[in-house]
Amino acid sequence: MERQVKQFRATVRSRQEMTVIDLEGEIDGFADDSLNAAYSEAEAQAPSAILLNFSDVSYINSTGIALIVGLLARARKSHRRLLTCGLSDHYQEIFRITRLSDFMSIYPDEASALVGD
Amino acid sequence: MIVQVRNVWQRFKKQNERSALEGVAMAMEPAPAMAPSVEIAPNDPLLAYFQSAPGVVEIDRLLLDSPALRALKEAGVKLVVPLVSQGELIGLINLGPRLSEQEYSTDDRKLLDDLATQAAPAVRVAQLVREQEIEARQRERLEQELRVARLIQQTLLPKEVPNLAGWEVSAYYQPARAVGGDFYDFLYFEDGRVGLVVGDVTDKGVPAALVMATTRTLLRGAAERLVAPGEVLQRVNELLHVDIPPKMFVTCLYALLDPATGHLRYANAGHDVPYRRTANGVVELRATGMPLGLMPGMEYEEKEATLVPGESVLFYSDGLVEAHSPEYDMFGFPRLRELIAGHAGGAALVDYLLGQLADFTGVNWEQEDDVTLVTLQYTAATKEAAMSATLTDLNHERWRVLAEFDLPSEAGNERQAMAEVAAVVQELDLPARCMERLKTAVAEATMNAMEHGNKYQADIPVSIEILAGETAVAVRITDRGGGQPIPEAETPDLQAKLAGLQSPRGWGLFLIKNMVDEMRITSDDVHHTLELVLYHEEGDKDGEASEAV
Repeated sequence: MERQVKQFRATVRSRQEMTVIDLEGEIDGFADDSLNAAYSEAEAQAPSAILLNFSDVSYINSTGIALIVGLLARARKSHRRLLTCGLSDHYQEIFRITRLSDFMSIYPDEASALVGD
Repeated sequence: MIVQVRNVWQRFKKQNERSALEGVAMAMEPAPAMAPSVEIAPNDPLLAYFQSAPGVVEIDRLLLDSPALRALKEAGVKLVVPLVSQGELIGLINLGPRLSEQEYSTDDRKLLDDLATQAAPAVRVAQLVREQEIEARQRERLEQELRVARLIQQTLLPKEVPNLAGWEVSAYYQPARAVGGDFYDFLYFEDGRVGLVVGDVTDKGVPAALVMATTRTLLRGAAERLVAPGEVLQRVNELLHVDIPPKMFVTCLYALLDPATGHLRYANAGHDVPYRRTANGVVELRATGMPLGLMPGMEYEEKEATLVPGESVLFYSDGLVEAHSPEYDMFGFPRLRELIAGHAGGAALVDYLLGQLADFTGVNWEQEDDVTLVTLQYTAATKEAAMSATLTDLNHERWRVLAEFDLPSEAGNERQAMAEVAAVVQELDLPARCMERLKTAVAEATMNAMEHGNKYQADIPVSIEILAGETAVAVRITDRGGGQPIPEAETPDLQAKLAGLQSPRGWGLFLIKNMVDEMRITSDDVHHTLELVLYHEEGDKDGEASEAV
């Protein structure tokens, strides 16, 4: 069966006092290693906040939600804020339903996330 | 002449009774305590002889092959006077030799004859009076026992039914005159869940009531420490079988309801199978298991169902289905099922069924067994009520199958399910938000089907069926994981997950439930089917558009 798997990619960059992780592709079980590696890389820069940029994410499934929960747990352990931007309406709703939005601020885009900080 | 009559009434109560006939001793000597008593077996020919003898019988002249006759001779009995009342032999007067050692004279015999004629009816009357006294005493004892049994039962049955938002629970219990062993119970847990118990102890009266009380206590204890209904019944069985009297057992159904979600988890120890009334007809909530107390080491199958608003479940005891009409027809399961299907459900169902039962049994019915009915109705808030009404209106024929396809159980194939469903429902022109919800629900349900149902065995397909109704779209996702209980998903709690108290995973079913308007799980021995229903939402189309793919 032919299936187009969009490779997941996570790239880390600094933006003012914040470290941004640009996420790209589909967040499911296959994204585990890259996502956690990117988070470690971001954490190494010791920023006060880490922004997860979902603008280029097309799909998040329940396993993907579990990975984000894992990142959130890591962030809370080191008293670091985790922010998000670029989530579609649908995934914003899922973040509300799962209550992830109670623990991570949701911004429409990167610019407002920087200001909001 | 000194006469002693003893042991008359009971030995002569019935001639064909198995107990032996003991002679009435009557002696001419002044030491009546010495008078021998002789047992006569019910099949001894001597009995028939005495029954038809015209009067005084001279023992030494009788020639019969009779053990009793030999015994009478050995005991020195010379004359026997049968006491016959209304053709029935009710006693004997036995006489030894005269003290003067002379033969009995004709006058003596005449006197004895007259005595027997006078005594027989008097002895009979005395027997009857005594019988009646004993019967009255027995009746009184039985009544007293019944009062105790009824008291035990009534004390232990719940005084009120659970008061749950969005639910209507009703209970009815009518003991038979002899008080059977029916019981029901409601258990309340801190997390809001409610346990429902319906059971029936074999036997009647005080023994049944005592076993019922024990079972109730054991159930409450087990349910406090264990969650899974199958484990609760297993535990009760282990404890009960040690103490229960032989040949007694308890049938019992235990269901755990989460009123917030309509999720019902249940196990059954040989009790009558509850009926669930759905929009598509009446279905049985079947789970197998042996009655409690029969033998140790039993395991109880556990099943689950998710009730949706508008649905109801009837729990009941065999007193209803095994009731007889004057023509001796049985009320029966098919009739009950038909009645439930034809009724709107809820507490009114109890009155309706009782009315039907009364019509069936007629006015002179003596209730044979306890009748217990417990109904559970998901009444729901207004929005949900409106939805379930729509679904009821959309009976099965009016759903239109848009497409059916199979997918191999390979990791990642949920994306294909999602894409195909999206393409198929394109023609329905669903609002964007609705479409996104449907896609997420389909993807999660397909993942569950591939992983938990088919264990990612590529050659076992997941079947997907897409249906359109007038105001809703439905998707059925079927795997081959039937015949085993679906493990209950813990409701995910983000705070507990962040604190490491819960696994970070476990979001699948939770997401599905939150994406769709209705979700139903059905299973048979081979398949599990998850049915998702989404209503088209009016006025949402030009509202929030979603860009997610």
